[in-house]
Amino acid sequence: MGSGDTFGMPVAHAVASGMNGLRAAGDLVARLEMTKGMRLAEAKRTVADALGVGEADLSDPLVMHEVRGQLRLGRVFEAETTYPNDPSPQEAKANIGALLAVPVNGAAARRGGGA
Amino acid sequence: MEPTIITRLGDGSAVRLTRDEIRRELEEGTETAAARAKAPPLAADELEHLLDIFASPSRFSAVDIGDEVVLSFDGSGTPQQGSRVNALLQYEQCLAADTCELYHIDYSYKAVKTIVVAEQQAMKEARERLTIPVHYGAQPDLGRYSAPDGPCGNWSELLPAMRIDEARAAQEEAVELAVADMVYVAGELWEAGADGINFDTAGAGGDADFLATLLAVERLRAAYPDMGIMVGMSGEMVLGTHGQLEYQGVRLAGLKPAGQCEVVQRAGATIFGPAVNVSTSRTVAWNVARALTFMKPCMAVAGIPVHANVGMGVGGVPMNAFAPVDAVSRCSRACVDVLKLDGL
Repeated sequence: MGSGDTFGMPVAHAVASGMNGLRAAGDLVARLEMTKGMRLAEAKRTVADALGVGEADLSDPLVMHEVRGQLRLGRVFEAETTYPNDPSPQEAKANIGALLAVPVNGAAARRGGGA
Repeated sequence: MEPTIITRLGDGSAVRLTRDEIRRELEEGTETAAARAKAPPLAADELEHLLDIFASPSRFSAVDIGDEVVLSFDGSGTPQQGSRVNALLQYEQCLAADTCELYHIDYSYKAVKTIVVAEQQAMKEARERLTIPVHYGAQPDLGRYSAPDGPCGNWSELLPAMRIDEARAAQEEAVELAVADMVYVAGELWEAGADGINFDTAGAGGDADFLATLLAVERLRAAYPDMGIMVGMSGEMVLGTHGQLEYQGVRLAGLKPAGQCEVVQRAGATIFGPAVNVSTSRTVAWNVARALTFMKPCMAVAGIPVHANVGMGVGGVPMNAFAPVDAVSRCSRACVDVLKLDGL
């Protein structure tokens, strides 16, 4: 994206055109793009198929919040809605890797481990 | 009298134009770029859509529901957010980032080399605390290898003195050093758990800077088949500070976004980021039309995702650290709607 103050740049772009990250399925589609070099249309289709939802649902926080909770893929929380039994980031990333059949380096042990 | 609409100049300042004046700005922007890039101007329906976006009096503009794209957030975090990793977590939990990027304020692979263990420790913490993908990013920054900061001759001094052969030799020497540093740092951050590596503002130092990036990508791809590698450019045309450098038979000097994209994906990157710089004295509408005209041809040759650079001073976004959201949102939407990008 690029540099600039937090409200003017990342917030403005996220509201204008972003996939909503962990609020929805943005991080999942991103993983296929960045790790497999998959173009957006195919990445959205692949994630939607893996989750059993429509492509239009991928940026919908209500739909994805439930799906992510059920599949233990990690999700956002807020002060009055917490999920102490949700997976840790490492567990969530391992689940994401298995679901999408994509290597997740950030979930793997390093130096003696493997991706 | 035709009513006026508040719009912006490339420095972010407000200016009032009529709808017809905005239309002329868009037409001039695309024609200027078409002549410079030797590319087709934007089509009439694309210009009409841009006119609707820029002539709207609304404070904010956004893509249609369902047309959202992946946002790769480089340089994530500011000091007010606390530690760097706390900032990344805020990007994930509070700012809806699709990806984020750990970075050091001295955004240069050469500088990071000396503190790479500290960067690894931060990356280790980031991968333990975040679920979204985490890039590590810095700039190739070839100029750091020239005297007095580095060991090579200074081509910026040699070229004006017409010592062309020495200037070229100095750049070739710097390329080898930069490639070694980038491969080393990227490899160490990958070993610490980065999901991807970002080479930001590639080509800022000219064709030698771009060649160093491509060679580093090539070596990293061979060593780490699963590594996410993003290459973001510094401008719409690679400067020929060397002039004779090639990558796999392609002369790098003068490459525009389509040519840049072709060599970047051939080297093994997984995301390409075209960049088109902003003229601060022209309107945002003019700048967006110009940027889209430069970037559009790369969509036809791209086999990997294209994430346009739309930060401060590129992609039509005003050259201001505190850009107004009316301008940023219009640039964001215009890029996605017209180019059908994979991300920003």
